[in-house]
Amino acid sequence: MTLESAKLTSETLSPFELKGSLFTLTVMYLREVDKALIARHLHEKIRQAPALFSNTPVVIDLEPLAESNVTVDFAGLDRVLREHGMIPVGVRNGGVILQAAATLAGLPLLPESRSGGARKSDKPEQTPACHSKIITQPVRSGQQIYAPQGDLIVLGAVSAGAELLADGNIHVYGPLRGRALAGVKGDTEMRIFCQSLEAELVSIAGRYRVIEQLDEAERGRPVQMYLVADRLVIEPLTR
Amino acid sequence: MSKVIVVTSGKGGVGKTTTSASFGTGLAQRGHKTVVIDFDVGLRNLDLIMGCERRVVYDFVNVINNESNLHQTLIKDKRVENLYVLPASQTRDKEALTREGVERVLNELRQSFEYIVCDSPAGIERGALMALYFADEALIVTNPEVSSVRDSDRILGILASRSRRAEQGDEPVKEHLVLARYAPDRANRGDMLSVDDVVEILGIPLLGVIPESQSVLQASNAGVPVILDEQSDAGVAYNDLIDRYLGENRPHRFLTVEKKGFFRRLFRN
Ligand SMILES: Nc1ncnc2c1ncn2[C@@H]1O[C@H](COP(=O)(O)OP(=O)(O)OP(=O)(O)O)[C@@H](O)[C@H]1O
Ligand SMILES: [Mg+2]
Repeated sequence: MTLESAKLTSETLSPFELKGSLFTLTVMYLREVDKALIARHLHEKIRQAPALFSNTPVVIDLEPLAESNVTVDFAGLDRVLREHGMIPVGVRNGGVILQAAATLAGLPLLPESRSGGARKSDKPEQTPACHSKIITQPVRSGQQIYAPQGDLIVLGAVSAGAELLADGNIHVYGPLRGRALAGVKGDTEMRIFCQSLEAELVSIAGRYRVIEQLDEAERGRPVQMYLVADRLVIEPLTR
Repeated sequence: MSKVIVVTSGKGGVGKTTTSASFGTGLAQRGHKTVVIDFDVGLRNLDLIMGCERRVVYDFVNVINNESNLHQTLIKDKRVENLYVLPASQTRDKEALTREGVERVLNELRQSFEYIVCDSPAGIERGALMALYFADEALIVTNPEVSSVRDSDRILGILASRSRRAEQGDEPVKEHLVLARYAPDRANRGDMLSVDDVVEILGIPLLGVIPESQSVLQASNAGVPVILDEQSDAGVAYNDLIDRYLGENRPHRFLTVEKKGFFRRLFRN
């Protein structure tokens, strides 16, 4: 056996090699979220230049939607693009809420574009590094609360259909029935704590679990959630 | 001090108009001068349920547009002293409800009425937002089904964030839960949510449970608010609800499956 492995290292090359490289990619600046509208325009473009649309990798730039408060159905958008010969390879810009949604749909986040120059976030940060947000009212269906650069602490219930997002940790002292996404900027050290786990979806730094994947033993219990080597672990809170 | 109370739900067809009519009638019966306003512009039916549709001349939108005054427009109820209806327009669209216009009419009504009950349309669009914007209190009407409860939850979120009280940072709108069309046998079988489930999900105080009842349809066909049918289970439940609202202690009824013969004898179903 030792002989075998010695042979392996000495005689065979590693099956792959990783290197950085630069590519020129097509960037789609997304201005509208209506999939039918996008499909119509793609159709027209294909008619004009069919060669451009044969499994062309494309980066979706969300900057035009950044201030608009819209929600994007990334899974649906991915389908439309693929049907028209474009393969989305990632998203960039557009703010953390859109980016979180893209990550959940399996689209990687690419670095922000620097060319624009005048981006607000490029300015040095004036505010203190951590500011937590405390919500004393229940968070109801249809409401979305985001705590930038800090923890989100909710004292009451989070209803099904409500969404919590935080760059930091999330603490819920009532039942958590909606969605909770901690570490949305990608910080894998963040955690989610709740008094009763009934969530539709939980996510830390883009690694998520939906309600169907929750263990019956975890449901309705006080738990904490964190990542261990990229896996979202749910653990009972013991007193 | 007059109170503006919105009757709202999110989901349609859950019993808002039925509840508005009986709530307004019950308050007036107990001596409080009350007006019920139909905010469902384009689909008016409060006047039908209250049996005054034949006396509608002007409507809410006319008053907002200064085409008529309140004195000309308010319909005085024929059966109950102290009760008035401000009907909705059937011909206009909801854009006619401007915030300034609604505010002006409500302020004028506040001068002479103790309770101003606003029957909201379904949905979370303009009509519903206008009906709740100026509210001091809210009756959240819910049926024991997941979709209805979810929509009520959403409306509660809107009350907490987009009402005038919320925008101005005043004391929040006082919330009351009205669970309508409750059928205990179906809750027992698990076909419907139970009272406890709904209270647990919405987390607001329960004002009343109105049983699913034939008498509601009969009453609305006859143009009589069901609270006036004191023999019916729904009428009894609405009367309890009013007493509870006014601070009396009334235990909830109709929560468990009817004991054969007993309730049957007492109340028509
Ligand atoms: N407790 C009840 N038992 C049986 N039927 C009921 C009950 N409450 C309401 N209904 C029936 O449900 C239907 C809808 O009631 P109603 O018009 O009061 O609802 P709504 O919430 O005002 O509807 P919309 O959203 O269309 O304004 C009517 O047919 C009514 O008779
Ligand atoms: Mg109605």
